[in-house]
Amino acid sequence: MSSEAATADATTEVPEGHDDHGHDEHGHNDHAHPSYLAHHFDTPQQQFDAAKVGMWAFLVQELLFFSGIFVAYGIFRSWYPEMFSAAAHQLDRPIGAGNTIVLLVSSLTAALAVREAQLGRKAGTSRYLLLTILCALIFLGVKSYEYNHKFQAGLLPGHFYHPHLHHLVEGSPALPENAHIFYSIYFMATGIHAIHILVGIGVLTWIWRRNERGDFSKEYYAGVDIAALYWHLVDLVWIYLFPLLYLID
Amino acid sequence: MATVATPGLGGKTEAHDPHESYLAEKGLKSWLFTLDHKRIGIMYLIGVLAAFLLGGILALLVRLELFTAGRTIMTAEQYNKVFSMHGIVMVFLFIIPAVPGALGNIFLPIQLGTKDVAFPRLNLTSFYVWVLGAVFGLYTMIHGGVDTGWTFYTPYSSKFTNTSVIPMLTAAFILGFSSILTGVNFIATVHTMRAPGMSWKRLPLFIWALYATSIIQVLATPVLAITLFLLIFERAFGLGIFDPSMGGDPVLFQHFFWFYSHPAVYIMIVPGMGVISEIICTFSRRAPFGYFFIAMSSLGLALLGFLVWGHHMFVAGMSEYSTMVFSALTFLVGIPSGVKVFNWVTTLYKGSISLKSPMLYALGFIFLFTIGGLTGLFLAMLAVDVHLHDTYFVVAHFHYVMVGGTVIAFVGGLHYWWPKFTGKMYNEGMARAAFALVFIGFNVTFLSQFVLGSRGMPRRYYDYLPEFQSLHQVSTIGSWILGLGFLVMLVMFIQSLQQGKDAPRNPWGSAALEWQTPTPIPFHNFVDQPVITRGPYDYHLATEAELDEGYAPGERPADADD
Repeated sequence: MSSEAATADATTEVPEGHDDHGHDEHGHNDHAHPSYLAHHFDTPQQQFDAAKVGMWAFLVQELLFFSGIFVAYGIFRSWYPEMFSAAAHQLDRPIGAGNTIVLLVSSLTAALAVREAQLGRKAGTSRYLLLTILCALIFLGVKSYEYNHKFQAGLLPGHFYHPHLHHLVEGSPALPENAHIFYSIYFMATGIHAIHILVGIGVLTWIWRRNERGDFSKEYYAGVDIAALYWHLVDLVWIYLFPLLYLID
Repeated sequence: MATVATPGLGGKTEAHDPHESYLAEKGLKSWLFTLDHKRIGIMYLIGVLAAFLLGGILALLVRLELFTAGRTIMTAEQYNKVFSMHGIVMVFLFIIPAVPGALGNIFLPIQLGTKDVAFPRLNLTSFYVWVLGAVFGLYTMIHGGVDTGWTFYTPYSSKFTNTSVIPMLTAAFILGFSSILTGVNFIATVHTMRAPGMSWKRLPLFIWALYATSIIQVLATPVLAITLFLLIFERAFGLGIFDPSMGGDPVLFQHFFWFYSHPAVYIMIVPGMGVISEIICTFSRRAPFGYFFIAMSSLGLALLGFLVWGHHMFVAGMSEYSTMVFSALTFLVGIPSGVKVFNWVTTLYKGSISLKSPMLYALGFIFLFTIGGLTGLFLAMLAVDVHLHDTYFVVAHFHYVMVGGTVIAFVGGLHYWWPKFTGKMYNEGMARAAFALVFIGFNVTFLSQFVLGSRGMPRRYYDYLPEFQSLHQVSTIGSWILGLGFLVMLVMFIQSLQQGKDAPRNPWGSAALEWQTPTPIPFHNFVDQPVITRGPYDYHLATEAELDEGYAPGERPADADD
């Protein structure tokens, strides 16, 4: 409720050169602050720093969230190394590798979107944001294709695990005992990651809309910046999940 | 990220008079959609107090059932649910958000000399996420509750109990989000929103404590989130990772759970310690002895909190070597805790002590927390723990830390800051009577449980041997005294709101920044942006006007002098 209230606060100093109004239309008439600056910040720099620190703190908690899955992976892998190796063999490496490349490209386009935003190029920012969203959708499409195959082969978590031999990778021996644990971890890890991708698509779409609306400028691009930070984290988690689940024998 | 202003989001669009009180605007909407940290803090306060009332009633029911061996007022199944719900409500709904969510939200920005937290929208979101979690929790209670205890140990929680575990896990999962968002917000606020001149060396000790707490919230709570998430799927779909019959490991769940829940103990106690530091300095009228050490011991507790989770599991089947390491690390916790206690006591030495009600709570805290902390060392010792594990000794120990520590500190902070954020004084005589009842009631309730536990009474049992009956009855009578104390306090606070005298700017004569702004607090916290030229405890640098207690002659409340 206090967003509009800063007008009365004559004691808040506004640094020189930050009194421009023209970048968006949020109704701060005769405002001492630039229009994108929330009332409780003194300078755009302070606002940007707060957003950055907040996002990094949030990313740290994201890492700790995934850490539980990684620890479970490490423990069960050390308990059942042969089972993990055999079960991992059923995952489709070329498709996984392709998906990894798709995500890496999406991180690049996200970084380029930030660069375009820093330069104040609205069209370029939108283009790269859309490309990032496109890559995310491709990733999810490929992932659902993989999931579908696992469902058909009965390679499912816990109680639902019932492998059909004719669906397994050709020439592989029957899966060892407790293989359901590998697929429990596989589905939990990639499932949580996919939820993060979905959230990322939502965030990037929102940022794209705000960009189209003209919220961002050379002076104010924090939204693009921190959305990209989030996206890089989602990418980074996959960079660890892919070798751990698909590659290590 | 609260960077775009949306006109009309429950707010005025006209300018605020810088002297106008934050309480001036009326109407439900002005509260429900507020972005003002003080109002959000008050909504948190109402929420956590309601949870405390609920949890307290459940506690009284538990004690009443234990008044006699066998059935007193409820069946064994009901008893299991009631003590589980007591733990869950008190831990997740009350004690974790109590000090940071309520007192921290109101006073963190003011103590930093800024207008608001870094992300006001996130702050409001965090409150409503808490409400959502509370709704899920209450739904579960109406739906029959859970009987797993607040720890949700597998495989009982995942395979055997037929109570509503999944909705309750969802509630705890949601409440964790609220806690994380508050932590993120406070970290960003402390880093970027300090007033000009508010260097790290001038940060109030309450801020240091909240900062350390926020770090734990951000680092530990996500581990709880993933643990509960896995448990939900384990129960719903039989993942098998916590199920020994499927090659999984139930002890892994305990590791995951305590990796959060031990640091969570410090989420609960460290902000309380921050409150105590503030009260002791104000009512001793001097700077804390060893400011730097008190500040760093908060961070030390935050760090050590992550290294000792295994001491909850000494008898759960860990290797001897891990138990030794966890035991040794647990003893280290005594160092930062001892630093705090000794520094508080030394601050009192040659201080100009005033025994107003907040100070009584602070002194009570030192006494009770010391007992709680030292009995923790008994439990950290491997051989002794085998005897005491899962007995009432453990129950008494953590209630001395959680109730004797955090709740006493929270209530003390409520007394201390009440005049500032409500603008009303309260009846000091009633406050002292309530303190006496709470202090005596608490000790009667829980000292007897130390004896019960050391004689072998297991915790969570519905029935007990005849030789335990007298001590159980003492404990139950203590719980009534404790409940009466809180009732007197509630009446006193309601009376204060209705007919309390208007509070002056600085009723305690404190040098700290939050007492330099008018009472009740202006909308933007300060009339002018403050520039900090001294630390919050620099009584030798504070001017007469700053320390002025602000009562006009003859206006001083009759019962406020010592």
